[in-house]
Parts: sequence; C-alpha cells; structure tokens
Amino acid sequence: MKVALFIPCYIDAIYPEAGIATYELLQRFGVTVEYPPNQTCCGQPMANEGDQGNSAAAEKLFVQNFSGYDYIVGPAGSCVKHVKQHFDAIPQTDEVKAVRANTWELVEFLHDVLRVDALPWAYFRYKATLHNSCSSIRGLGIAQPSELMGPYFNKSEHLLRMVEGLELVPMDRPDECCGFGGTFCVTDEAVSAKMGLDKIDDYIRNEAEFIISPDMSCLMHQQGIARKAGIDLKFIHIAQVLNGGPF
Amino acid sequence: MAAKRVDPAANAAAFLDQDDIHEPAHDQNLWAARMKRDAAAKAIPEWEELRNIASQIKEHTLTHLDQYLEQFEANATKRGAKIYWARDAAEHNQHVWNILNERKISSIIKSKSMLQEECGMTQFLETRGITVTESDLGERIQQLDNQPPSHIVMPAIHKTPADIAKIFSKAIGTDPDNTDPHYLNEAMREDARKRFLQAGAGMTGANFAIAETGTFVVCTNEGNADIGAAVPRVHIASIGIEKILPKVTDLGIFIRLLSRSALGTLATQYTSHFSGPRKGGELHIIITDNGRSKRLGMDDFWHSLKCIRCGACMNTCPVYRRSGGLSYGATYSGPIGIILDPTFDESKYSELPYHSTLCGSCTDVCPVKIDISDQILRWRKVMAEKKYLPISRRLAFTAAGRIFERPTLFHGVETVASAALKITPHFLLYNRALNPWGRHRELPHFAKQTFREWFMQYKLKNQEDKQQP
Repeated sequence: MKVALFIPCYIDAIYPEAGIATYELLQRFGVTVEYPPNQTCCGQPMANEGDQGNSAAAEKLFVQNFSGYDYIVGPAGSCVKHVKQHFDAIPQTDEVKAVRANTWELVEFLHDVLRVDALPWAYFRYKATLHNSCSSIRGLGIAQPSELMGPYFNKSEHLLRMVEGLELVPMDRPDECCGFGGTFCVTDEAVSAKMGLDKIDDYIRNEAEFIISPDMSCLMHQQGIARKAGIDLKFIHIAQVLNGGPF
Repeated sequence: MAAKRVDPAANAAAFLDQDDIHEPAHDQNLWAARMKRDAAAKAIPEWEELRNIASQIKEHTLTHLDQYLEQFEANATKRGAKIYWARDAAEHNQHVWNILNERKISSIIKSKSMLQEECGMTQFLETRGITVTESDLGERIQQLDNQPPSHIVMPAIHKTPADIAKIFSKAIGTDPDNTDPHYLNEAMREDARKRFLQAGAGMTGANFAIAETGTFVVCTNEGNADIGAAVPRVHIASIGIEKILPKVTDLGIFIRLLSRSALGTLATQYTSHFSGPRKGGELHIIITDNGRSKRLGMDDFWHSLKCIRCGACMNTCPVYRRSGGLSYGATYSGPIGIILDPTFDESKYSELPYHSTLCGSCTDVCPVKIDISDQILRWRKVMAEKKYLPISRRLAFTAAGRIFERPTLFHGVETVASAALKITPHFLLYNRALNPWGRHRELPHFAKQTFREWFMQYKLKNQEDKQQP
C-alpha cells in the first residue's frame, strides 16, 4: 500500500505536530508513507472565494504531486473535502479523477480502510469534547449529521473511544459551525467571532478541558478566540490523541 | 442607476453590536425551532423518504410547468375563479389595482405573502390611496415599524417583547411598559377585528395550487387568512408559478413536511383549501412569474424553485441566527435568500453569497432537498467571474494563487511570515482596519520548524541510522 501524506499548508507552518502525529500513526499500522516535498496548498481558499482562475494553478500542482499513489491521506477535513468534491478549476482528466478518488481524510482512512480496532499505545487522561468540522460531518460523512434522520454513527468518536483515560463530554450544539469558514473569518469578522465565542461557551458549560478535532483550521480560529478572551482551553488534533503525541 | 450593494457583514456587525439582548434571543429562539424540527422529523420513520418524494414531485412539476399551469387555470376557471397572468411585479400590482379600482375598494386586509413582498405591492397600493393592513401578527408588527419581514415564517423574530410593546403603544395605545405577550396579542386582535370588517377585499398568497382541481391551499397558524378571505366579498390571491402541484394526493407529502420543518409542529393550525369563490363573492387569482421562468432556465440554480418557504434553512443557519434577517437587505434572507436574491439583482446582492460559512446545515434540513450550500458556492463563482468582488480581495487571492503555484516561493513565504510575526508590533496585528483576524482573536503562533523541515531532518537521520553497521 503506497500512501502519500497530504499536509495542508497551515498544518505545515502552524501545527507541524499534527502532521508528525499523522505520519507516526500511519507508520504504526505498517503503512509505507511518502511525503511529496513540493506540496503547497490544495486551492481551497481561492475556490471557496469563487475564484476559479487563481485556484487552478494550486489544483494542477496538487495533482502533479499526488498522482500515482494508492491513497492520499490528509489530516484535514475541509481540505480533503475540497479535493474530493469541489476540485473543478482544472479539466477533469483521468489523472485528476484518480487523485480525487484516492484522497482520504485521516479519520475516514483509519476507520474505513485500515479498520483500526485498537490503539494500545494511546493514553489521554482528560475531559475532552470532539469538534467534528462541518466539512467532515456534512461534507465527508464521518458522522451522522444531526439534521438527517438515520442511525447514529461517528467515526472520530469511535476511534477516540479506544484511547485509554479519555472522557468524552457532549456538547449542547454538537454540529453547530464554529464560524471559521475560511476567508469568512476575516471578511465577516463580527459574525465569525460571535459564533466562535458561542462555541467556547458551550465547551465551558460542559466542562471540557481539551477540544479534539480532525480539522485544525476550525481549532486555529477557536484557539485564537479563547486566547484573546483569556480562557484556558486546549485545542488538539485528533491524530495527536490517537498516536499518543507529540503534544 | 444601479442599486447600492448590500453589505451583509457590516449590517450583521451592527445587529450584534446593538446590545447583549437581541442577538442572543434571536439565536436561541431560532435554535429552539431547529430543535423542535429535529424532534418532529425523528418521530416520522420515513422522513428522509418524504424529502425524496417531495423533491421528485417538485422536479417533475417544474419540468412540466406549462401543462400544469394551464390545467390549473382551466380547473380554477371552471370553479368560477377569475385567472390573471402576470409576467412581473408591475403587471401583478396593476392587476390588483385594476380589480380594486373597478370596485371602488379603498381598504384591504392581507395575510402573509412573500410574493406580494417581492412585488412591493403594499407600497404600490398605498401611493394610490389604498389602506393596506397586514393581518399576520408578525407582519403587522413589521408594518407598524416600517420594516420588511426579517424571516419568511416569523417576520418579527428579531424583535423582543419590549420592542413590540413600544411599537404597539404608539400605534394602538397600549401600555408601553406592559410586555406581556398575551396582553399585546389581545390588544392587536381587538384592533385587527374592525379592520377585517371594514376591508373591501381580502388578499392572500398560496402555499400550494393543485392543477388537478383548480384549488389552492393557504397554511397559517393564526387563521387570519381565513377571516380575510371569508369576510370581505372579494378575495384576491397571488400565486407564484412554482407553487403548482399536480394532484391532491401530492399535497399530503408537503403538508407533513411543511410545518414540521418550519416550527416543529405537526401541521399549521389552519390548512384551508380555496376552490372557487364563495356564494355571492368573487375570487381573483393572479398567477405570477416575476423572474421565476428566468430562474428555471438557469442550469445551476433552477432547483431553488422547489422551495416551499418553510424557513428551516434560516432557523438552522448559524450565520443568519447571528445576523438578523434585515442584514440581508432583501425580500428573502438566510440561506434561501442568498440563492434567490441574486436572481433579482446580481450586483446589489453580490456580497450575499459570502455571508455564509458553507457549513451545509441548510442543505440537510431542506424538506425538498435543495442543494442550498452548493448553490451558494456556485453563486460565488458567478460573482468572481463577473468581477463583483472588491478589488482588494481579488488582488489578495491573485497573490495567494501565485504563491501556492510555486513550491519554493511558498516555502520562502512561510519562513518570512513566521519571522514577520515575531517582530510586528502588537498594534498592527490588532488594528481593526488592518487585520480583522485580531479584533476578537489572538494570532496563531508559527511553529519554529515546519512539518516539511522536520520531515527532511527525520528522513536524513533515518538514512544515517540505516547506514550505521
């Protein structure tokens, strides 16, 4: 199994520990992981702005870097969702289609492809809550969205249940968007910040110490709000918890 | 002259900043409606199947609209209704005016109709000397406050009881300090009663129009449409061309979905069927296009015509709940407004598609399965292609595009950005105009070593380890 590691630009620069945890975790399951060094960005920020012209170059480069792998795994729901569902600023050749089809979000890959059923090394003795991002829930379907009627499932939660010592606390509005929204967080700053503050309130009401997410971009926004408000909450990528670090 | 561009982000900021009461109450009231909707939907095992069928019926009808509209016209005419066709708002309003003017009617009582809102009918009639009274409580509150509805089902949901007490005290002389909803409601009921009796015509919209029978159906919780249609001798109904359903048996699907999606109740208190004029009365039906057939021809956006105006997408939208409906500056607000309003005026509403986090909740609550969130993104592409985006944003994304295109440039920028953050003075980072990120947020800390740098070192070390005997 030839797996390419897709480390989104903001994880590379701001949260390298989430990337390291992902790399180490995949290796624990005997997967051969390669990291194409020329990767930059999947094009999502420009595409979400509606700017197809400026996302095309990033998309083209992404395909160049990730073509030929059995799986492309990224620890970021919204970036993976972009590749899988909206990556259409470039012509849809067979090569492009193959790259899109082979791209997986980390939780999905662990749950559906590797079928992970134990994490004997993982130990995390904290009260924490899970923030599955909108892209992961409603875009990729890693959990049953609360809006849709059907049997309950939650792949991230399923994996976290294997971590010793971890106490997962529920939230009042588990699926509610935190207000990051990519460029939305600066173009619509007031609403974005209020949504983030409401999220922080929810965490405090439910006495969570850590917020765990498969999408660090949401947490970057939430963490910024908590820090500015002087609230001591810790934000961490799910790969770090499942891998047992680095913290 | 082109209409001034609406700035929903600035309007929403003003809504948030006004005090600590309005926005939290608005958010909580609408979230409660969403929770009730979830409970009501959960109680129906075939909920998702109902959504599928409703979507299919709507798609079928919209793709055979010509035949069903003519069938409706023929059957409604047989029942004694008079049918009028209106291409746009102007024709619609002219029909209404002609009907009223020919009969020397000077006052009308109306129930809620988003189509009449769209047409600017009230203002049109008022300038011609007609007294128009809204009979839906929320609409009446908005009318007295000289504001359009802020929500398609709960028009005054952005107001508190204290706001309403103030408005009623000026308009109908209630005690401005008495904010008891029962008291306020009863006072308005008394005031409305005489207006119903004095009106020369009653106006309604329609939730559904049945081609097979020529009947139309109006759903309300207050019964106001029923009195308005029953007391005055003349009943005028405005119906958008997309309201058609082929058969009576289709109706059950939509009635089961409508009120559960809107408010989480099993059905509206009143579901009234109008089949021809009552004895001695007149029934006039104005079938109105007003941009709908243009929308039907848009490959990317025609699905929005499936909308049954339940408001579920507004209740669930986290951005709408923090913004208030008036921030959208349009007839339709919230997610459905974002995808409908630009079909009326692309330039004026070009910022609306950006007033969304694309979280996708709207798509999943929609009872007729409109892909609202995807349509919002597609509207952004339209706005970007037609260069409606402010130039500062266009330049920023052009620069980003160039950087992400070139790996070496990108990795260089990363290093510069992390270095710059260490030396940039605090006031620059947290200046509102210069950096909106920092107003409510601390900046993220750039790591000392990027993942890429770590990986290169790790690989090198591994190779060295392997080479050792």
